[in-house]
Parts: sequence; structure tokens; C-alpha cells
Amino acid sequence: MIYVNEKDLVVPGELLAEDDYYSGRGTFEDDGKICSKLLGLVSLRNKKISVIPLKSKYLPKKGDVVIGKIDDVRFSMWGVDINSPYSGILPASEVFGREKKELSRVFDIGDVLFLRIVDVDEVKKVKLGLKGRGMGKFKGGVIVDIAPTKVPRLIGKKGSMINMIKDKTGCKIVVGQNGLVWVKGNEDMEQIVKNVIKLIEKEAHTSGLTDRIKNKLCLLIDGELPPEEEEEAEPEVEEEAFEDGLKKPELQDFREEVEKELAEEGFLEDEADDFEDIDDEDSDDEMFDDSEDEDTEDEDIEEFNDDSEDEEGFEDFDDELEDEESEEEDDEEAEDDKEDKSKKPKFLDTFEYINEQKKKNKSSYDFSRADNSKSPTLNISQGRGI
Amino acid sequence: MFFIISNDKELRVDGRAYDEFRPIKIEAGVLKRADGSAYLEVGGNKILASVYGPRESYIRRLLKPNTGVIRVRYNMAPFSVDDRKRPGPDRRSTEISKIAADALRPALMLESFPRSMVDVSIEVIEAEGGTRCAGITAAAVALADAGIPMKDIVVGCAAGKVNDQVVLDLSEKEDKEGQADVPIAMMPRTGEITLLQADGNLTEEEFEEALDLTMEGCRKISQLQHEALKARYSSE
Repeated sequence: MIYVNEKDLVVPGELLAEDDYYSGRGTFEDDGKICSKLLGLVSLRNKKISVIPLKSKYLPKKGDVVIGKIDDVRFSMWGVDINSPYSGILPASEVFGREKKELSRVFDIGDVLFLRIVDVDEVKKVKLGLKGRGMGKFKGGVIVDIAPTKVPRLIGKKGSMINMIKDKTGCKIVVGQNGLVWVKGNEDMEQIVKNVIKLIEKEAHTSGLTDRIKNKLCLLIDGELPPEEEEEAEPEVEEEAFEDGLKKPELQDFREEVEKELAEEGFLEDEADDFEDIDDEDSDDEMFDDSEDEDTEDEDIEEFNDDSEDEEGFEDFDDELEDEESEEEDDEEAEDDKEDKSKKPKFLDTFEYINEQKKKNKSSYDFSRADNSKSPTLNISQGRGI
Repeated sequence: MFFIISNDKELRVDGRAYDEFRPIKIEAGVLKRADGSAYLEVGGNKILASVYGPRESYIRRLLKPNTGVIRVRYNMAPFSVDDRKRPGPDRRSTEISKIAADALRPALMLESFPRSMVDVSIEVIEAEGGTRCAGITAAAVALADAGIPMKDIVVGCAAGKVNDQVVLDLSEKEDKEGQADVPIAMMPRTGEITLLQADGNLTEEEFEEALDLTMEGCRKISQLQHEALKARYSSE
């Protein structure tokens, strides 16, 4: 017995369904009745009901990339505000290796950094690191904040939204999963991007958003609507399927299959639950990586290195970078390969490494291949191992 | 001409029936910089509730390692009553802050935010009787607006005894001249009562009657809370 429809707005405590439905994220079960615990939109998948929050605080998760602001410099670490109920720490060892340096010379209070969450422990101590592509300090630009739940919408399917904005305005944009967005470019363009991002946040739950944003950008920048192209038909179709902006429909079939499989194999419902959660959240990661990596790789890392050329610790960066990337998806590697000529020899090494990894993790690799699409699921099973 | 408005029970000072509310208006999301907010008017009461958090607590000793905590501050503006009120916390506002926190806490599901704190502020801009219930009602809407996980939206409502008659939603005058005041707060879905106070003299039957009246009243106000929250997002 179900009382709501897909995409209905529900309030905490509202009765959603009874009996043969399962309680997903944002819901709880009380005496066989499934109720919402959030103000949000209903999402129905098979017999599982979830509520996607309209507003929420960012909860740090290992592996996420975030934008943070230094708010404390201590003897061996920086305190970082990551726009979350929990503040992060950036240990000096993550930056210098074993070298001893004066911390405030490298990053001072007020500096804005692009960071990766290395670890979140059981007392919610968030350990941050700078290892990864494009990590480091931002110079100039503006920060726009949006609700963390709207981040996937801003990026769009496979980065469609964010890449469109980048192309149109020529701004560099970096999105942190904690809802902070860094924008740098021409001053007028920065302002336009800022307004557009705010608009996306406000209208995240409405349909046909990418096209509307595109038209708006064209009006603002070129002063006219874009010519109707044949290509446009395609994103439109994608868009409709992705309207709620918070789910990746292409994963759906796959997920259903897996859920079915799991059910058949007699897995507990909870386990299916966990699986889906990982799936879901990490797909955001992937979308993010897709769009971010290309854009930040050249300039920002250079900026960072300029800052600290004399730091010996940074030499390690590239090697560590390779390690990390090797765990990522091969599709992505292929892309990177094309773009980044200077690093080519190293990427060849990486390919070998990946192939080894593939052999090792064969089962999980094949498992995700069943999906047979370019879905980020690939990355997940490779990187983390379900 | 003669109208019979309700049954044998006579009308009140302000012309309401025994089970009638003062006019109520609830609006969610009125403050831009708060995580969640609500504005509520009931009769002559004007109440603004705001929610900040879950956020990192600066008071270490309040933190709980397994869940988040809620703090409520109830404050009356000096101009909210006829005679200017001395600003700052007093015995009454300290009590209401405490009972409001106790009334809201059972509904919260802050397990996913351990070691964090939610701050709720209830500001009474104009007071005309029944501010604690109205404050709780507004605060619950603000909490939902802030996206805080909750079992239900708590709603508050009062009944009392005036001229030997049990009535719903006492006004300031009725509160002062009446014989009893029973404010309650409850979770309407399950009917769990999270706050029950009683002040004055009531027989057992009268108390039961007052409780029934308030619970029925709470369910009606709950509808308004839902509408307020839904209106905030459907208009955009």
C-alpha cells in the first residue's frame, strides 16, 4: 500500500507506504509503516522508497573532494573549515612528508584549498590530504556556496551542466562535494557563473534545467538564443531521464538486476541497502572526477607548486598521484592520456599497473562490466571494492 | 435575528466557540541566513523561530558521542508585551527554553550527526497568550525546514478552563482570568505527548476533556504546518 507518488514533496513524519515496501534513505520504519524523516522528494525504485532531502549539511566521507578554508594553524597541522558540522584537519605530514617547516608560510589562515578527505574516524575527526590531481591552494576567483545535496545537479549527467557553463563562460570552475564551488575567470563572467549556479540550486528539482540554463547563458553572453542544433536533441533526452537531478537513472537497470540477484541469493535486505548506498554516492564522485580533473590539472597544480617550489616533499606528489590514479577507471585514464602529453611515459606505467590490478580484481571488474555502459560503477568496484 | 453557532456551550469573550482557534498563519523559510526558519502568527502572537545546525559545538561538555544535541533559546522581545519587559533571560524564559527543548527532542533523529549541536531560537515579537505552544509549533517547522531528520513534526496547543467551561487555545485575557491552563505538545502521527503542563484547578473529567480538545487541535495545526512547508517549495 503506497500513499505517495514519485517526486512528491513530503514532510518529516509523513506516512509513505505500508507492508510490501522497503525503507530506503531518508525514511524510517515504525510498526510496519514507512515514514519520511526529512523534508524532501520521494524517490521510488522497485519497492524501495527513499526521500531525497531538499536541504542538508555535508557529512564528510572518505575519498570525497572538498573545498576548505584554513581557519587555524597549529604546531603540526592546519585546521580547515569544510562547510560541515565537523571541521577538518590537514596534518603537516600530508604536505611536507617528513620535513619540518613553518606551517603558516605555506598556508595561512584564510587560504582556500582544494582537498581530499583521507579519513573520517569514528569520532568524526576529518583528516584531509592534498594528494591528488589539482589539489592545492586557490589563487583569486570567488567561492559560491550551494546546498551539498544539489552538487550532483550542478555537475549534471557526466558533467554536462558544468562543462556547458565552463564552455560558455570560459571560467575555471571547481566543485567540492561539500557544496562549495570555486569560480575563476573574467570578472563579469564570474558574476554570471555565480548567478547561474544559484539559479541551478534554486531550481534543482525542476525539469528541463540544463536547456533552460543553456538558453539563459546564451542570452547573457551572446545576447541571443542558441541556434537549434541537431545535437541538442540528445542531451534533451538524457535530461528528461535525469530530471530529478539527484539520481543516475542509467544505473537503475543494473541496480535492479543486482538487487534481484542479491535477493535470490538470499542476501539480507540491509546488505542490498548498503550496496545501493555505495553505488549511489560514489557515482557522484565519479561525475565529479570526470568534470574536474581535466580542468584543474594544469593551472592549479602549477599554482600550488609555484607556491612551494622549495619544498622537497612535493617531489613525492607525482608518484603518489600515480598510485592513486591507478586505482581509478581505465576509461578515464585513456582520456587523461590524450590530454596530458607531458606525463605520457608515466601513464604508460600506470596502464601496466592497471592491467595488473585488473587481473587481481578480475571478479569485481567483470561484475561491473555486466552493466555494459559507461556508468561510473566501473570505477567503484575497481577503486573501493564492494 | 438569532444564530446558533455551536451547541449549548456559550460563546467566549472574543466570540469564539469553545473549540475554536484564534486565526493562525504559518510561514516557513523566512530568514535567509538561518539553516531553517519559520514565522507564526496566532491571534496576537507573532513568533519567529530559527534553526542553526547541525554544527560543531563550541561547548564541549554538551556533546554526545552517539548523537546530536538540541539547544533551545526562548526569548521575549522587550516590546512584545504591554508593559515593557526587562530584556534578557528570566525565570520564565529559562523554563520555557528547557521545556521546549524537551518537547522537541523526542522527535529528532540526530544519530547521523554525532558530536554536533542544533541551536533553535524562538523569538517572541508580540505576545498574547499561549506563546510556549506557538513557539514549539514554529520551532518544529523551522527544524523541518532546516532539513533535520525527525520522526514527526511536533505541534503544541493549549486548552483551559474559563467560566467553568473547558475551552481550546486560551487568549491572554482568558489565561489571566481563567481557572486553568493545560498546554501540551505532541507528535500527531503517533499521538505521543512530549509536553504536558497544567496550571490551575481541574477535575479529572475536565482534564480529560481538555486533553481531548488539545489533541484534536494539534492535529488541525499539524495540517497547517505541513501546508506551510509544502508551500515554501512548491512556489519556487
